Amino acid sequence: MKKQTILTLAIAAIGIAAISWWVGQESYTWFPPQASAESILIDRLFSVLVTIGSFVFLGVVGALIYAVLFQQAGKYESGDGPPIEGNIPLEIVWTAIPFVLVMGIAFYSYKIYDQMEIRGPMEHDHSAAMVMSGSGDEIEVIAKQWAWEFRYPAQKVTSTELHLPVNQRAHLILKAQDVIHGFYIPAFRLKQDMIPGQAGNFEFTPILAGKYRLRDSQYSGTYFAAMQANVVVEPAADYQNWLRRSAATTPAIAHNTAFAEYNQKSTRAGWKTIVPAAPPIVNYSNPND
Amino acid sequence: MTNISIPEIDIDTNRSHEPEDWRRFFGFSTDHKVIGIQYIVTAFFFFLVGGVFAMIIRGELLTPESDLVDRTVYNAMFTMHGTVMLFLWTFPVLAGLANYLVPLMIGARDMAFPRLNAIAFWMIPIFGIVLIGSFLVPGGPAQSGWWSYPPVSLQNPSGNLINGQFLWLLAIVLSGISSILGAINIVTTIFRMRAPGMTWFRMPVFVWAVLSAQIIQLFGLPALTAGAVLLLCDLVAGTSFYDPAKGGDPVLFQHFFWFYSHPAVYVIILPVFGIFSELFPVYARKPLFGYKVVAVSSLIITGLSAVVWVHHMFASGTPGWMRMLFMFTTMLISVPTGIKVFAWVGTIWGGKLRLDTPMLFAMGGLVMFVFSGITGIMLAAVPVDIHVNNTYFVVGHFHYVIYGATVMGIYAALYHWFPKMTGRMYNEGLGKLHFALTFLGTNLNFFPMHPLGLQGMPRRVASYDPEFAFWNVIASLGGFLLGMSTLPFLVNIVGSWVQGKKVSANPWRAIGLEWLIASPPPHENFEELPIVVAEPYGYGMNEPLVSNADKL
Repeated sequence: MKKQTILTLAIAAIGIAAISWWVGQESYTWFPPQASAESILIDRLFSVLVTIGSFVFLGVVGALIYAVLFQQAGKYESGDGPPIEGNIPLEIVWTAIPFVLVMGIAFYSYKIYDQMEIRGPMEHDHSAAMVMSGSGDEIEVIAKQWAWEFRYPAQKVTSTELHLPVNQRAHLILKAQDVIHGFYIPAFRLKQDMIPGQAGNFEFTPILAGKYRLRDSQYSGTYFAAMQANVVVEPAADYQNWLRRSAATTPAIAHNTAFAEYNQKSTRAGWKTIVPAAPPIVNYSNPND
Repeated sequence: MTNISIPEIDIDTNRSHEPEDWRRFFGFSTDHKVIGIQYIVTAFFFFLVGGVFAMIIRGELLTPESDLVDRTVYNAMFTMHGTVMLFLWTFPVLAGLANYLVPLMIGARDMAFPRLNAIAFWMIPIFGIVLIGSFLVPGGPAQSGWWSYPPVSLQNPSGNLINGQFLWLLAIVLSGISSILGAINIVTTIFRMRAPGMTWFRMPVFVWAVLSAQIIQLFGLPALTAGAVLLLCDLVAGTSFYDPAKGGDPVLFQHFFWFYSHPAVYVIILPVFGIFSELFPVYARKPLFGYKVVAVSSLIITGLSAVVWVHHMFASGTPGWMRMLFMFTTMLISVPTGIKVFAWVGTIWGGKLRLDTPMLFAMGGLVMFVFSGITGIMLAAVPVDIHVNNTYFVVGHFHYVIYGATVMGIYAALYHWFPKMTGRMYNEGLGKLHFALTFLGTNLNFFPMHPLGLQGMPRRVASYDPEFAFWNVIASLGGFLLGMSTLPFLVNIVGSWVQGKKVSANPWRAIGLEWLIASPPPHENFEELPIVVAEPYGYGMNEPLVSNADKL
């Protein structure tokens, strides 16, 4: 009987492991496209977590379902189960395994984080990466209630669309003007809060040309949800072209969703709100935003 | 070991004139059982109010555009939804269960400070009225989310001194004071009022869990309450603790806020762990597996809960070393939690299961808790959190904790102790219908939030890109189903309270001091104080729990 139990458990564990592995591989499809070098690392970590998590979940739920199906008391049965109060070796094992598991996950996450080399705004260090960024390629990101504006000081270009060259490390300086905003591009898997009064350096590497969404990720008041912008990642030549064309364009008032909506007569009853900032005046804006 | 003589005298002198009929539930009663039920019923009222707010939110999110209510109204809705659900439903209902059960479970005749107990309760309707009343002031209620992060919370478009944010902060400060009073009372009661023979390792795990949770209130709430007072000063008195325009630091508030508000999650979930630990042995007819380890793991969680708060701020401009440090502490807290989960599975395994409504809710809650624990570990991993922080993934995660595990656990407790509280049995068919609707609604409502968050939909948005519509529609339908699921519960509870079948002292054949006395228990619970002679979960062992059972 004992041999049979071990065999059954082993088969169940292999089955659950196989399903978990499959779910872990599926997890790559749950994300937006992998458009930054960092996203590949993060998706891999997430896939590992999904695999382990599925195994634990299916194991626990499998045991519970088995108990519900096969260990119910009969309708007129009033006896008790076996009075087992615990099992010291088993309890040590199920303390040790989770401990080793989560510490392993933490170390693996640490390694991934180390590879990503995200620099938070409070780390104004002067490491190699920072010295390299003194090349004049920094892009200023301005967030205000409720508009994004991007400035390319070296090329004297301003825009409401963030353009980045593919396969080059991007250096951004994040500046919030009024309240805390969050700089978040899901396709890059990257996010950074922008604290008013603290310019933050932010770096990453886009690796896939395309058009993505930038969203405010830190709740910023009435028109928070409308505070989105497009991010265009393009080949270096196109990027330089865009900069040249934009620099030659006379600045004009861009469309701004929050401002437009505020000035529209609304038929819905609402409360008084902070007045949106005037739409940015920029060289380049995409009218379809 | 225990000191009972003084409170005993105190209770005897101020109890004799109280009415015994239904009117006592509407007055300033000092009976812990009356106060417990007052807490539970008041909290459930606010649960329905918060649920209406939630359905307005889900109504707005049925379509990508902001088209159901104005954006200011939407923002007020999610702010009030979160605030009401936490401060007026979850905390009070758990305080109510602790109030009702702890004195019975440890063999006391009342709480240590009965009048303080009543004062703590009556502050709840008062700050509830302050909070809901903010709908009537010009400018409407607070619209800065339940976190109330400055500078957004300091912006005051209406220009009035008495505005929604002001009333919100006032309500939070009152709530904090009420909870601190309650915590002092419960901790003192557990330390000082245990019956003869009720040693620490004969206490039911629910009592251990409540003790661990209330200790968190004592060290954590002062930080939030003080932080809220400073924010109030910034808002009305022109100080600049948090206002960056005047040299303040907005991130400081985040530290104050999360130093309490993360441990607050354990204030909520620990008593629910306690409920699971009480119920599984009863309905599996087996002792709780590894009782002492389960009991002590609550205290370990209390200790660790104080050093994990920065994991809410991984994207807030925290330096790398802080991110790593708090990732490790957060990972650690899953170990004592995992021990409990395995102990519950060990309890259920090999038992003689009875799937009555309380057991269904407890098992459903356990399954959803395991799910939320796994997404919780994902969120603790800094690189993953950087992506999903402040997205719907987090909203999905904590709703599985708060609804999937906590509300399910609370329902399980309400059904399980309903016969004790009322002396009548609820309707089993309606109970099972309630379970089915709740389990289905919870998963339909909150599972879709995970893919939405992974795809990059931020939380707190009134409008969203059309690509997110599919999962939002499912979530909204689940939300409406969840709203409807409360109806069979209300019908069942009200109907059964009035004309349910009368029950004996112990309809579940459960082991515990509360089951040795009549249903509902008499005024001062025990005729003679019980003399406890055994550990709490002696299922299948045929041993007496007390030596004077016939004299209680």
